Amino acid sequence: MRKLALKDEILLSIQQPARYIGGEVNMCMKNKEDIQIRFCMCFPDVYEIGMSHLGIQILYDMFNRWEDVWCERVYSPWPDLDALLRREKIPLFALESQEPVKNFDFLGITIQYEMCYTNILQILDLSGIPLMANERTEDEPIVIGGGPCVYNPEPLAPFFDLFYIGEGETQYEAMLALYRKNRAAGGSRRDFLQSCAALPGIYVPSLYETAYQEDGTIASFQPVEEGIPQKIRKEIVTNLSETYYPDRPLVPLMQITQDRVVLEIQRGCIRGCRFCQAGQIYRPVRERSLSFLKRQAIQMLDSSGCEEISLSSLSSSDYSKLPELVTFLIEETARRHVNISLPSLRIDAFSLDVMNKVQDVKKSSLTFAPEAGTQRMRNVINKGLTEEEILYGAGQAFRGGWNKVKLYFMLGQPTETDEDVAGIAALAQRIAEEYYEIPKEQRNGKCQITVSTSFFVPKPFTPFQWAPMNTAEEFLRKAYLVKDSIRTQKNQKSLRYHYHAADVTILEGVLARGDRRIAPVIRRAYEKGCLFDAWDEHFDNEKWMKAFQEEGVDIAFYNTRQRSTDEILPWDFIDCGVSKEFLKKEYEKALAGIVTPDCRTQCNGCGAAVFGGGVCFENKN
Amino acid sequence: MKIRIKFTKTGHLRFIGHLDVMRYFQKLMRRANVDIRYSEGFSPHQIMSFAQPLGVGDTSEGEYVDIEVLSSGCSEEMIRCLNEKSCPEIQIKNYVRILDETRRSNAMSCVAAADYQILFQKEKPAEEILSSLFSQESILVLRKTKTKEMVADIRPLILDWALKPEGLFVRLATGSAANCKPDALMDAYDALRGLTPQKFAYHFHRLEMYAKKEEQWVPLYQLGETLTPEMLTERVAE
Repeated sequence: MRKLALKDEILLSIQQPARYIGGEVNMCMKNKEDIQIRFCMCFPDVYEIGMSHLGIQILYDMFNRWEDVWCERVYSPWPDLDALLRREKIPLFALESQEPVKNFDFLGITIQYEMCYTNILQILDLSGIPLMANERTEDEPIVIGGGPCVYNPEPLAPFFDLFYIGEGETQYEAMLALYRKNRAAGGSRRDFLQSCAALPGIYVPSLYETAYQEDGTIASFQPVEEGIPQKIRKEIVTNLSETYYPDRPLVPLMQITQDRVVLEIQRGCIRGCRFCQAGQIYRPVRERSLSFLKRQAIQMLDSSGCEEISLSSLSSSDYSKLPELVTFLIEETARRHVNISLPSLRIDAFSLDVMNKVQDVKKSSLTFAPEAGTQRMRNVINKGLTEEEILYGAGQAFRGGWNKVKLYFMLGQPTETDEDVAGIAALAQRIAEEYYEIPKEQRNGKCQITVSTSFFVPKPFTPFQWAPMNTAEEFLRKAYLVKDSIRTQKNQKSLRYHYHAADVTILEGVLARGDRRIAPVIRRAYEKGCLFDAWDEHFDNEKWMKAFQEEGVDIAFYNTRQRSTDEILPWDFIDCGVSKEFLKKEYEKALAGIVTPDCRTQCNGCGAAVFGGGVCFENKN
Repeated sequence: MKIRIKFTKTGHLRFIGHLDVMRYFQKLMRRANVDIRYSEGFSPHQIMSFAQPLGVGDTSEGEYVDIEVLSSGCSEEMIRCLNEKSCPEIQIKNYVRILDETRRSNAMSCVAAADYQILFQKEKPAEEILSSLFSQESILVLRKTKTKEMVADIRPLILDWALKPEGLFVRLATGSAANCKPDALMDAYDALRGLTPQKFAYHFHRLEMYAKKEEQWVPLYQLGETLTPEMLTERVAE
């Protein structure tokens, strides 16, 4: 029987002990004696969130297919256990073997959102691994960062030995081969890191240096040694139907955020919304084949017993074989009493028909993401969704028996005027009118239109990467403007409005477009007790603001400054396929309100064709 | 067809709560391809009901769940199939058919007693104190509910006891009519020793659950019949 790292006394005195005991169905146990390389995979948030993430399941499965490698998992201990681990001096441990993370060869951390940065320091700290990469000795694990946030890894640069830029399926085999070779040759940690710098997609931050100009912008970013690449191109899987995917996903013993089988149907997005980072960094669009998806769906449902299966992609409606796939899944899931979840579907006749088939009689709400209130603004952000389409989709849904609509918008995008902001309320009103046009006897009571706004954060590798961000005051003023405009609408009783706190967005902005000078702020905030910043009840803006003050870092320089398109940006050394020239052109078109067609309608020459696959080569045999 | 399943809950699974055990079984039924019956209505769920929940932290080799199935293999085959898809800490011991298909025969409704093995984690059991505890005519304990506190006598709920080298064995009244948890008993033991309740000093291991039938304590699985391959052929022939 596995011996647990925590005594009963501890497990029975904390919330949700199941977070820390491992032993899930389909967990991978191996015999330590047969293992050469131990890899610990980390999602720096609480177990319920981390276990819902598909990426880790894919890599966990991949690593464990290799005979001499054992991949285990660790998640952020909740503050209750955090305190006990510190008090009892218990080192953080991996779930499978229950052994200290510090004893592993690698610690791989997936970095999915900026607000988990202090949690990364917690993981290192509780493991007894020095926070700074340059203080680590030969005995400590190699700490690797991956995931979308590493498209600007600079604010985290001093804490990591390596960053893996791009999709994890392609380079780990080569990296582990270098590791075995280096160990056999008696090489040092630095020898290994240097050899990794030659691998595609791998960034070794300690081998690069940044110089700054007097105005604070970057003067140069250079390798410190000969033979280290100037630019690092992201890694992608060209053929997504011949690659790793779990047959037997981990099935948790407790309820997690998204407890279901996830079927990733494609990567990338053809749409090119100008605020969206995922839409750029995952280019080009690559679909998985229908036969691959059918096989995986059956295997994962059989081996997990999950009650739900969900499609995953940035825009499911753009998957070319969607009707075939959905028809197959409807049959397969009905037989098994399994539910289907179809997120990110465009509302049209097809999707309404599908939703009618997969949802029970209690109709849940429909979701639209117009992202902006006026057509002018939607042209600026290249959101190819017209008011006509929204009203038509909503009208169809209302006639089909739905009466709840959710609308998502962003406040603070470039060129936004008060007219655009007020337009959000006007659009919601027109959707309500669409409902009340239906004769009373055919309606299903009142309708409920829920408007949610988030605040826009410019992200690296988007056409808006140069744009100034709003201040917290501007954000809140706009949120109140939406609120007031909604109150003046005729059907205001059918409209609801939600908006988020602004201060956490400000911080996200700095972390998203920051450089290496942000790292000391993150460290200081962590030392002041900042942790679980993504959780409202834990986020402490005052501590963060003090950390900025004490480190003498000016938030305005990172957030509200208009960057020149000639400026060296901290992430310029990364080549994500999409060229800076293309992004500049898109930024100019945005300011002029000119839309760009999607990748299937017309190739716009973004540069992603360099990867030799996906949508760029469709119908071009 | 109504089926009763007896199972274990051991090892690290003692840290998962009752709701998680229910969800575990719902998934296990799908993995093992059990032809379980679903309720009618808008959100169909598996027909499944558990006897007396076990405390988080306690282990057991005598847990019960009743399910309804549309068809079934023989007991031996079903046990093999379920255990293959389950983890070592939850293993199926018995799979029997309950002929009485009324609600009254549910494991939850008919459980009346349970056996526990109590392991002393910190110090050896004080034999004399135990003897004097059990020889009392009444054992008064404070019971807290969400809204009120009341004094209850648990002595009539202690049906049997024996101190052995492997621990203290007790049979306690269990179920909706009368219920005594083993920790209440040990709190009384601590009180008699002049101590406040000793947290983590005892480990509770449930051994079996019983119904009362003709003045006899009958393990819940013995109220059903083992499905043999012959019985299944007969059913098909019918």
